[in-house]
Amino acid sequence: MIRLENVTRYYRLGEEVVRALDGVDIEITRGEFVAIMGSSGSGKSTMMNIVGCLDRPTSGRYLFEGREVGRMSDDARARLRSREFGFVFQQFNLLPRMDAIEQVELPMVYQHVGGRRKRARAALEMVGLGTRVHHKPTELSGGQQQRVAIARALVVNPRVILADEPTGALDTATGGEIMAMFEDLVRTHGITVIVVTHEQSVADYADRIVRMRDGRVVEDSRRAQPAVAALP
Amino acid sequence: MSPIDALRVAFRAIAANGLRSVLTTLGMVIGVGSVIVLIAVGQGAQKGVQDQIRSLGQDLIFVQPAPQAAGQGSGGARGAAGSGFTLTQADADALLSSGISGIKGVAPQLSIDIQVVSPYTNQRVTVIGATSDYPAVRGVTLAEGAFITQTDLDKRALNIVLGPEIATALFPDGGAVGQTVRFNQGPINITMKVVGIMAAKGGSGGGAIDAYVYIPLTTLSTRLSFNRNSSGQVFVNQINVQKTSGADATKVSAAITDVLVQRHAVATPDFTVKTQDDLLGAQADVTRTLSILLGSIAGISLVVGAIGVMNIMLVSVTERTREIGIRRAVGARARDITLQFVTEALALCVGGGVLGVLVGVGVALGIDGRTIADKDMSTVIQPWSIFVAFAVAAGIGALSGSYPAYRASRLDPITALRNE
Repeated sequence: MIRLENVTRYYRLGEEVVRALDGVDIEITRGEFVAIMGSSGSGKSTMMNIVGCLDRPTSGRYLFEGREVGRMSDDARARLRSREFGFVFQQFNLLPRMDAIEQVELPMVYQHVGGRRKRARAALEMVGLGTRVHHKPTELSGGQQQRVAIARALVVNPRVILADEPTGALDTATGGEIMAMFEDLVRTHGITVIVVTHEQSVADYADRIVRMRDGRVVEDSRRAQPAVAALP
Repeated sequence: MSPIDALRVAFRAIAANGLRSVLTTLGMVIGVGSVIVLIAVGQGAQKGVQDQIRSLGQDLIFVQPAPQAAGQGSGGARGAAGSGFTLTQADADALLSSGISGIKGVAPQLSIDIQVVSPYTNQRVTVIGATSDYPAVRGVTLAEGAFITQTDLDKRALNIVLGPEIATALFPDGGAVGQTVRFNQGPINITMKVVGIMAAKGGSGGGAIDAYVYIPLTTLSTRLSFNRNSSGQVFVNQINVQKTSGADATKVSAAITDVLVQRHAVATPDFTVKTQDDLLGAQADVTRTLSILLGSIAGISLVVGAIGVMNIMLVSVTERTREIGIRRAVGARARDITLQFVTEALALCVGGGVLGVLVGVGVALGIDGRTIADKDMSTVIQPWSIFVAFAVAAGIGALSGSYPAYRASRLDPITALRNE
């Protein structure tokens, strides 16, 4: 479903050229639960932005379902992004002043989807916030805010959820709950989840761990499925 | 993003920055309001002048001594500033008897300013030496008593007719008719009997006319001043000619000029002939300049308001970079962001425009008929000024919102998201 072929992404930082991605080849199939690991500056966030159609490769090809994203217009990428991808960020990125249900409705506003309120409510119930629909971000805990963000990502029925350090601003227990929720999305809804993290404990929830360093993939390992279930 | 969603987002953003939005809108309110008020004031001034000229009477043509003739035949009388004496009562009689088609009536007049004393007070007034035809020609009527008669003229009677304002000023308790007033200035000390009071002309610009007093032309030229030429003809400083309503003013004027040029035996006229349209035209130029000046001032305040809106929208885009990033991440296209910010600017300007129209119309109506700094204000609200001011406000909204909106839409989603 997702395929990067020799993708590079260079930034110009003053006189210096930063090679955020320096020839990445990777293929992610439908329903995978992938963790992308690496220290800061390893290129993991850049890769996520390219996969999520927020950014374009400097060279190489990015194919989503066989279509080359790099050649699409800005609008076409925006359309693809809003239909196929849901984003979850470290800082939640909720809009201030809006209550939970409005946050979740937001993607549908841009897609001209009907029955917004009903679908938003269903998404909030799915993440266990059915009783908090009219709370504003400041009235919610970090974990609850991240759940709202997940509901917002889920509400458009995306095929891929991209999470950039989703547990980075949460305590371990709450982070675990969030990761368990992602796991459930993969197992029961067949959604592809890609999590960018630098914490091994978080990456352990995934089925596949891709390690990056200096803009390249240095390790790509899969685990046997029941690994998590075998833990006490 | 549907327009309704865009409006909802816009109103939320406006409400979230309450004070700032109010101040920005205030700029538009003042701009739009001042366009309406100042144009209404300009039009009011124009209408006032027109009313004043129309109130002079109907179908009037004025013959006056030419300015270059000043200084000739000076006597004790003070003529209109800059005018000399080239016209006589005989000229007036000649015009009436010349058989020019289209002349309905002729009334010569001579005016001077003099001090008048009543048992109660004294006041400086403009005295018009008139003939009995004066009321008919100038379209004025009596409220009480009678106007100057032919007998008065023949006898040089010491009778006086007061304008309503002067009547009230000299005799605050009323009952002026039958009383006496005294002209008292220098060697002149003459007691006059009040025989009539004019009806108020009213309306804007009626003031001057309502403050005149009238005495027989012969009385004025013999007893108050001595304006006669060598052959004993009475000088006048204006001949009022009333044309029949169907007659062409230009043709009648030309005929009058011909007759008088011949009588005076001059190559170029030593007098001027002006129709009411000429006066209106001259005044229209002055008031048009005034209107343009006022309109330009108002236009400047509208532009200042627009700069305020653009400034605020630019600040708003910078402040909400992160919000733009979030919206982009959840699927907003560049044009959705543009729409959002243009809608916001439009809402501010249209809101300011509507309030400005209300305030402008309110102020224009409020000052109409009031006296401000000793000046009677009159305003005429022009419907087109409301339309134009509002349209300009909306146009400014769209324009001043579109550049910030464009900047917002150009923001790179990732950069925008990283913005703290």
